[in-house]
Amino acid sequence: MSDPKEFVAGIESDQRRSPTRVVFVTRRTSAQVKATYEEQVQTYPEVLFRAVLAIELLAIALVVFSLLFNAPLEGIADPSHTPNPAKAPWYFLGLQELLHYFPPVVAGVLVPTLLIVSLVIIPYFNINIEADGLFLHHRRKRLQTFYLTAVGMLVFLVFFRVYVAVAPTLIVAIAMVIAANSSPDSPVTFRRYLVAKPLAWWVMTWFLFELIVLTAVGTFFRGPGWSWVLPWRS
Amino acid sequence: MPGKTDKLIEQVEHSRVWRSIFRSGTGTSTLHRALAIQQNVFLHLFSNKVRKRMLSVSSTWYLGTLTFGTFLILIVTGVLLMLYYHPSVPQAYADMKDLQFVVSSGLFLRNLHRWSAQAMVFLVFAHMFKVFYRGAYRAPREFNWVIGVMLLLITLLLSYTGYLLPWDQLAYWAITVGSNISSAVPLVGSKIHFLLLGGNQVNANALLRFYVLHCVILPLTALLFVAVHFWRIRKDGGLYVQQSEPKKLAAPDDAVLAKEAK
Repeated sequence: MSDPKEFVAGIESDQRRSPTRVVFVTRRTSAQVKATYEEQVQTYPEVLFRAVLAIELLAIALVVFSLLFNAPLEGIADPSHTPNPAKAPWYFLGLQELLHYFPPVVAGVLVPTLLIVSLVIIPYFNINIEADGLFLHHRRKRLQTFYLTAVGMLVFLVFFRVYVAVAPTLIVAIAMVIAANSSPDSPVTFRRYLVAKPLAWWVMTWFLFELIVLTAVGTFFRGPGWSWVLPWRS
Repeated sequence: MPGKTDKLIEQVEHSRVWRSIFRSGTGTSTLHRALAIQQNVFLHLFSNKVRKRMLSVSSTWYLGTLTFGTFLILIVTGVLLMLYYHPSVPQAYADMKDLQFVVSSGLFLRNLHRWSAQAMVFLVFAHMFKVFYRGAYRAPREFNWVIGVMLLLITLLLSYTGYLLPWDQLAYWAITVGSNISSAVPLVGSKIHFLLLGGNQVNANALLRFYVLHCVILPLTALLFVAVHFWRIRKDGGLYVQQSEPKKLAAPDDAVLAKEAK
């Protein structure tokens, strides 16, 4: 009797569905090819119709909004008269908030550059591709690193009095502690959800929280001299 | 008389001129519909077919489509606004006042441009986070993610350069605050600051530079990147579907089963 082949080959072809795929499954792996029957629709007209419809609905919403609310227009630019506070556009107010705590070379140059670089490298980082729960492997080592990073970050923020950024950091850190102490088979859906999250997810979620909080604080809670004000008491 | 109109449309669609422009013809067959995409220079950026699952609102929230929608609105309103705008001091501000009080629907035009711009910035961010949480940046789509990050930057620059154009207090000081940050770059900070503003402070030169960037350079760059962004969706295997098992596997066709039984 001859040795069994090192692999089995399969082929599936159906013009109306996914393109032909040839699969080679080596003996020692138990690969499962899922979603063979993926239903497809034609871009013209079905997808294009939906896209146009979505854009039209958006256009209607924007037109209605533009009829109701006027774009701001203040007095003519006057270099001799500085408004207090002088604010950047809202999407930069998170950075301007950081500018309040750190020198411009940190908040204005280093942080944005690091942000862009980290966004660009996300897909090239191996740890994101694995996409397995952060604490499911090397649990001890990773927990140590996590605690060190979290405490270090909190001490850093408090040291520079960036209290605004503490709350999002705390929330994410607590969620990570919950994730570390949950099992993938936990009966609680929320725990199962957290435990499956990879490192990239945690970093991005932390970034999202900080972005929202810093931008909101810069937009609504900062008054003359960048002092803390409550928007409903102006 | 619907019968007559239908006949007229049919005649036009079968005319030599129409067929010379739209080569695919007007049939409803799969082939005709595929050709309608493939033989159109703009539509051929997209794939012929899309996985049905990706059409549901929850899978993408249509954020990329909507971002492109705001971009289109901004091009149309922006070009119309250019007809009434002079990038000079103090005429720029006077043009704002004209748009507000003299030009028919001028105020509405500026409102729509302004709010669409804000919506675009918001949608670009939302699109980025949605793509991230779907895991749609993973191989082979890494480079399309990078192009997306470039488009995010271009969007922010577009919005930022547009912010100065009304030449009011809000514009002037927002740009002053923002451009001062560029001075903080080590070694070449003051040079970058000078290059950006065409001077040491925000003045008429800065307005002209921002105008050129806002109306010519950045939109054209954005358009180029958007085209590549769309095209790469097709090249990288269509809209990304999460690797998890689909909710419901369609049963194999009878024909397939019959073939296997043989």
